[in-house]
Amino acid sequence: MKRRNFLTLSAGAAAGAALAACGSSGPSESTGTGSGAEAGYWFLSGPPGEPIRQGAVDRFNKANTGGQIKVTTFQNDAYKDKLKTALGAGQAPSIIWGWGGGGLKSYVDNDQVDDLTDWFGQNAAVKDRLFPASFGPATINGKIYAMPCETVQPIVLFYNKEVFDKLKLSPPTTWGEVMDIVPKINAANIAPFSLGGQSRWTNMMWLEFLFDRIGGPEVFQSVFDGQANAWNNPASLKGLTEIQNLIKANGFVKGFSSITADSNADQALLYRGKAAMMLHGSWSYGIISAEGGSFIKDGKLGYVNFPTVEGGTGDPSNTVGNAGQFLSIYSKASDAQKDTAKKFFTSLLDDTEQQGWIETGGVPIVKGADAKLAASPDKDFLNFIYQVSSSAKYFGQSWDQALSPTAAETLLDNIAKLFQLQIAPQQFADSMNQVIGK
Amino acid sequence: MTIAPPAPKIAPPAANSGGRGGSVTWMAWPALVAFLTFGIVPLIGVLLLSFTSWNRLSTDIPFTGLDSWRSVLSDPGLPHALWVTFLIMALSWLFQTPISLLLGVFIAAHKRYRSVLAVLFFVPLLLSQAAISITFKALLDPNFGLGAGLGFEFLQQDWLGNSTLAMGVVVFVVSWQFIPFHTLIYQGGIRQIPASMYEAAQIDGAGRVRQFFSITLPQLKYTVITSSTLMVVGSLTFFDLIWVLTAGGPGDATRALAVDMYQRGFKADLMGPASAIAVILVLVGLALALGLRRLGGRDATASQLEGL
Repeated sequence: MKRRNFLTLSAGAAAGAALAACGSSGPSESTGTGSGAEAGYWFLSGPPGEPIRQGAVDRFNKANTGGQIKVTTFQNDAYKDKLKTALGAGQAPSIIWGWGGGGLKSYVDNDQVDDLTDWFGQNAAVKDRLFPASFGPATINGKIYAMPCETVQPIVLFYNKEVFDKLKLSPPTTWGEVMDIVPKINAANIAPFSLGGQSRWTNMMWLEFLFDRIGGPEVFQSVFDGQANAWNNPASLKGLTEIQNLIKANGFVKGFSSITADSNADQALLYRGKAAMMLHGSWSYGIISAEGGSFIKDGKLGYVNFPTVEGGTGDPSNTVGNAGQFLSIYSKASDAQKDTAKKFFTSLLDDTEQQGWIETGGVPIVKGADAKLAASPDKDFLNFIYQVSSSAKYFGQSWDQALSPTAAETLLDNIAKLFQLQIAPQQFADSMNQVIGK
Repeated sequence: MTIAPPAPKIAPPAANSGGRGGSVTWMAWPALVAFLTFGIVPLIGVLLLSFTSWNRLSTDIPFTGLDSWRSVLSDPGLPHALWVTFLIMALSWLFQTPISLLLGVFIAAHKRYRSVLAVLFFVPLLLSQAAISITFKALLDPNFGLGAGLGFEFLQQDWLGNSTLAMGVVVFVVSWQFIPFHTLIYQGGIRQIPASMYEAAQIDGAGRVRQFFSITLPQLKYTVITSSTLMVVGSLTFFDLIWVLTAGGPGDATRALAVDMYQRGFKADLMGPASAIAVILVLVGLALALGLRRLGGRDATASQLEGL
């Protein structure tokens, strides 16, 4: 423990990097991985996920006295930093919780996680009961490196029904309508859209949808595939221009660039009626029901899929978000630990866990989970999410998670400047073109 | 070891110890060991890392020569980050120095109510920077903060979302926390000034303002230099405060070098370039500290009390 704490403490300074680098490069008796057949498992703390993840581990540990799972929990941002430091120092946990995509690819490129393709081949039942779309972010270069788990979380457009009733408006179905109702909502001294802009990925969701609606998934796919100057695509430039038009029309709440999503202030703006709409992940439902008093119970929360854009070629059923969460196996864990981890994987998303996720307003990534939704008091929302997720022609991954951390940071940096009207669409495209394929 | 014949013990020449008896260099050892372990060793590590392109994940670290340095030095983000750093440095110095100096003069007087105030002034220094930042961020929230809560129009600014205002807020919060510290330094400096100087000035008919500019300020020369060195070098490392308040935003308006280093290293996984920035930070800090020492004149040990 001592040694790991020491690394944590110094991780904030660049000095920590140096120390971690000087640390063991070979296999080590690491504390993060657990010992013997005991597999370490790190995941995110805080509601709604923590008690459900913990519950799944507890049930597994009770049923299996041999190899146990040892849990350590972290806050979101702390987890990301801690995990990378632990991986670089050769001390990661046996089970690595993550978001798949570009982050997972960087683990794969550094031989930090095991290829699970064969294991899924031998255990087809484990694979076949899950949403096929959930394997997208788990698949790198045609091989599966992670076990999808937990819930599907598409991004949807939430709105405050009370505000819309008062102003006698209906939620927008096209981009033209969005631009049309913005001045009307502003006239009532209410912000049209809530946005936690300091977190940057919140801004990014807007671009993900606009790009898709205007030019289809191909627009971002060409960036992902590393085509030269892919950001110069006319659809991409149009999307960037449209978002700046919305910003110039005061479409977002005043001071959005200093609001963080972590504080849930963006959610509060919506349920307190200070903002009319909010584009956010489906997890917002759980947050609003926990913090928003009787807002949901009173039927004031509305939700629709993102509007279409006039003249756009993207399929209006497409969505973006998290197709699931992902568990990988650390390549330096012992064979006994890996066996424990795989056994744990087969126990995941049992009925109790599915029920737990449904109670938080999440749709588990299990086929036929919709049958369980009807009994839930949140069935309207859950059915909406199930329908959005299962009927989407294309389920896009969040860009910052699809790209490598290096490219993602440049992207988020430029998005912040774009939303600040600090750079024009073409400047955005130029600086993004420089990091394509990096 | 045991083979060597015992060295004949010869008493060291008296000149070496300055007549005080026995060498005292051993007293520097604990500090030196700590400095080497926690100062120099990591510094060398960072210097070495700046010639690699380590991505934090891989357990082997590829040596790539000057690549990281080239990418950092050709990045337009670097001059911007330097500019932001120096702006915060200059503005916070300009804001803190006069206020600390005047407060120092105020609480240096031996009056009871001033001692009570001195204790109160000291409170901000005891708080953690992160806690201060979170509090100010909440107070300045455009929708749920002080302005919106009290309904004062002038407080309802986009404090952290407007580039100019955000810079002002950062400087203000930094100053709010560190003014007590510098006030304390000045208070100590002022109490060192012999009272006879003021008595002589009074006899010559100098008023309070004249006394301040002709006695207090010149006598505080080295105190000003010490305090300024701490402010200037300290401002290079402002990270937690900026990170919590603005995260370098809006856009990149408050992205100082330390924030830039963190984002490159720990967000973009570019440890090479991040280490190069860390080295730049160290060099700039050293240059500034040396430059400020020079300001003190050739002989920093010269007495200011000649003729007394």
